[in-house]
Amino acid sequence: MNIAIRNGRVIDPKNSFDRVTDIYIRSGKIASLGAVPPGFEVGREINARGLIVCPGLVDLSARLREPGLEYKATLESEMGAAVAGGVTSLACPPDTDPVLDEPGLVEMLKYRARGRNQTRVYPIGALTRGLRGEWLTEMAELHSAGCVAFGQSDRPLPNNRVLMQAMQYASTFGFCLWLRPQDVNLADGGVAHDGEVATRLGLAAIPVCAETVALSHIILMAKETGARVHLCRLSSAEGVAMTRAARKQGLPITCDVAVNHVHLSEMDIGFFDSNCHLVPPLRSLGDRDALRAGLLDGTIDAICSDHAPVDEDAKLLPFAEAEAGATGLELLLPLTLKWAAETKLPLVAALSRITGEPARILGVEAGHLTPGGDADLCIFDPDHYWTIEASTLKSQGKNTPFLGWELQGKVKYTLINGNVVYAD
Amino acid sequence: MSNNPQLNKSGQLQHLLTTEGLPASILLNILDTAEPFVGVTERDVKKVPLLRGKSIFNLFFEPSTRTRTTFEIAAKRLSADVINLNIAVSSQSKGETLLDTVNNLSAMHADMFVVRHAQSGAAHLIAQHVRSEIHVINAGDGRHAHPTQALLDMFTIRRCKRDFHNLRVAIVGDILHSRVARSQIHALTTLGVPEVRVIAPKTLLPAKVERLGVHVYHDMAKGLKDVDVLMMLRLQNERMLSARLPSAEEYFKYYGLTPEKLALAKPDAIVLHPGPMNRGVEIDSVVADGKQSVILPQVTFGIAVRMAVMSILAGS
Amino acid sequence: MQLPEAEDLLAALTDRMRQGISTDTAVVGIHTGGVWLAERLHRDLQLALPLGALDVSFYRDDFGQIGLHPQIRPSDIPFKVEGSHIILVDDVLYTGRTIRAAINELFDYGRPASIRLAALIDRGGRELPIAAQYIGATLDVPPAKMLALEKKANGKLGLSLYDKRQGNE
Repeated sequence: MNIAIRNGRVIDPKNSFDRVTDIYIRSGKIASLGAVPPGFEVGREINARGLIVCPGLVDLSARLREPGLEYKATLESEMGAAVAGGVTSLACPPDTDPVLDEPGLVEMLKYRARGRNQTRVYPIGALTRGLRGEWLTEMAELHSAGCVAFGQSDRPLPNNRVLMQAMQYASTFGFCLWLRPQDVNLADGGVAHDGEVATRLGLAAIPVCAETVALSHIILMAKETGARVHLCRLSSAEGVAMTRAARKQGLPITCDVAVNHVHLSEMDIGFFDSNCHLVPPLRSLGDRDALRAGLLDGTIDAICSDHAPVDEDAKLLPFAEAEAGATGLELLLPLTLKWAAETKLPLVAALSRITGEPARILGVEAGHLTPGGDADLCIFDPDHYWTIEASTLKSQGKNTPFLGWELQGKVKYTLINGNVVYAD
Repeated sequence: MSNNPQLNKSGQLQHLLTTEGLPASILLNILDTAEPFVGVTERDVKKVPLLRGKSIFNLFFEPSTRTRTTFEIAAKRLSADVINLNIAVSSQSKGETLLDTVNNLSAMHADMFVVRHAQSGAAHLIAQHVRSEIHVINAGDGRHAHPTQALLDMFTIRRCKRDFHNLRVAIVGDILHSRVARSQIHALTTLGVPEVRVIAPKTLLPAKVERLGVHVYHDMAKGLKDVDVLMMLRLQNERMLSARLPSAEEYFKYYGLTPEKLALAKPDAIVLHPGPMNRGVEIDSVVADGKQSVILPQVTFGIAVRMAVMSILAGS
Repeated sequence: MQLPEAEDLLAALTDRMRQGISTDTAVVGIHTGGVWLAERLHRDLQLALPLGALDVSFYRDDFGQIGLHPQIRPSDIPFKVEGSHIILVDDVLYTGRTIRAAINELFDYGRPASIRLAALIDRGGRELPIAAQYIGATLDVPPAKMLALEKKANGKLGLSLYDKRQGNE
């Protein structure tokens, strides 16, 4: 169907575009911006007056919980949440059950996701078998099956020799490693940042050096091997500083931050709110401010949701026993807008962190509105206030620290391949 | 986060979960109420009918005979009915969650839960989810808090020293893992003790502990100088196993309380210990049994303080 | 209304009690007003056994409604209750519930041979079958008012009246 989106404020960060204009969509592609393409017959018209039209969001980490963890959430519920959040492409980590270390599992996941005609799913393959950190997976085969990169999710890989060899093997084929910098021994069962709040609450703590020591290993070995590395979920000021220095050296390193960490700190744990039990932990206000500064100066390339739906029983436990993670596909946009408003960052810069930049890191053609490209769009009302509640979230996981908050920015339409896959 | 989960709308104590965040007036009210209960424990008939008809459930997810017994004695002396539940960890892994257990018990017309759990925050979680008529007393949650222990320590200090405002107090030992220490620190600072010291090796101190309002010492000789009250903490064997300390012997040499080290404090300094003691590890028997030790009175006061807490909660 | 002088009533009460006193009479005052009176009686009647004081907060029947009294004083019975002849002393006898609580508390100390009651004022309004053997005066106090004994700066006792809404009894 031919679609005309009229009078929206079109913001396309990759093409440095920010103007009120019309967009024409034909055969699943963007036909043109502004002028009506020749021979275009409008099938459907969307009135975007007062709304913002941007590339569909690209989320670098969203757990869909299939295969294996369907009691927490399903493809159906989570991909429904994705389109409700304006996310048109997402990467899912390999920590399913079984883990994504076999091409057959990856193909099945891609097939099931494709069949829903919703968000494009890009699986991150397991770097080691079973994510156990001992033996390499068949990365080349997994890549052929559809994996865009390889990682350990948040499972440890303490053997540096294995990690270095994994880097060498991956870089043989030009594959990118997605690594979370956390030293398992220094983290030692900790559940909160090693600071004042953990001290008051008596929570086992994860020192900053658990991140920085792991980062130094990763950076030094990446330098040795020439491997491309994407650092997942920075959490500390020192971590940002180390990453900044590594990039200054010209190393092929990218990194992201989870949207919760852009806003929250250890202070938000309050009276043991298990919705704030996250990995990596929420650190000090100083760390949070450094993450924000890193986003501003480009040290941190992208913001992701780090979506992790958790069933209610697993959260209604004492803090340390509660399962870590927060639901986030539907909060990525409003929380990014909140960050932009608070730091007075122009939307064209802020939105790049959830569109063009993550697409570049994923290495996929997405996150921009160039004519001829796929018509994946997010149309949202920047002035619509809505309350985050169990009833307003489509995800099966209702676990978010922002429960009860009123946020600004709601998706009105999501288009993928030129089809309206979500309408509010 | 703005409202105190321990207080009801009228500012009365609804639950006792931690000494942190309670105003001095509430702490002092507990101490003042405990005074007449000490008198009751010294009579022949040690019971009063105050809580007759009330049911107090001891929910001990972490075993402890001593603490459970003192709560049981306190409740019975108030003429309450006491039900003891030792919920072993294995029965939890059978699938019944913490809150399932609590909900089942709430349905049995409990008036009060006394909760001990291995995880920090367990008492807060339970207090958030019980019916409004049920009161929760935290008998120790993980490393976080043990408010009744701190209160009986404050009562003991007040009995011996009268005025909190003139004291130097030192807490010695494994602060990092101690719920008793945390509760003591909050109580001492709230009650206006001008100098609270913690004395421990670095591996046994939590991050930014000075933000709790304490002065940090690693040298026991320096830390005990001119101290009026010494609060010793128990050292557990696990600390050697987790590579925080090399041996009990070296710990005793540098951080154990011997008569020589006690002599560095004021001559009328008192020594407290929450029990059970590891003689020869954190404290020398000569000191534990000596005339400056108030460890045995602590036990008696512990019953009176718990009676006071239960009475105040039941009457709110 | 015109209140009588507490010191005059106490003098009359003391005289009335003189006949009923022996060497094994013990006097127990109920906090706080009753204890002040008991101190004076103990001195003026030159009693042999030491003075007792009771705080009945733990035995009251209204704990469920109003909770614990904010200021509980320690009870102190320094003589053997078992087999003793006790005179309970209170300032104002009203519903009788305080006396019921005091009797229950005394029995937790032992089994007395006898208990008598002395009150400075009997204001009527009994809700339980309690009677005083020795009374200073009977007074008709309006139901909305509370009558209390006070100790003035010079140590002398005086009666005062206040509205029921204020203060606790």
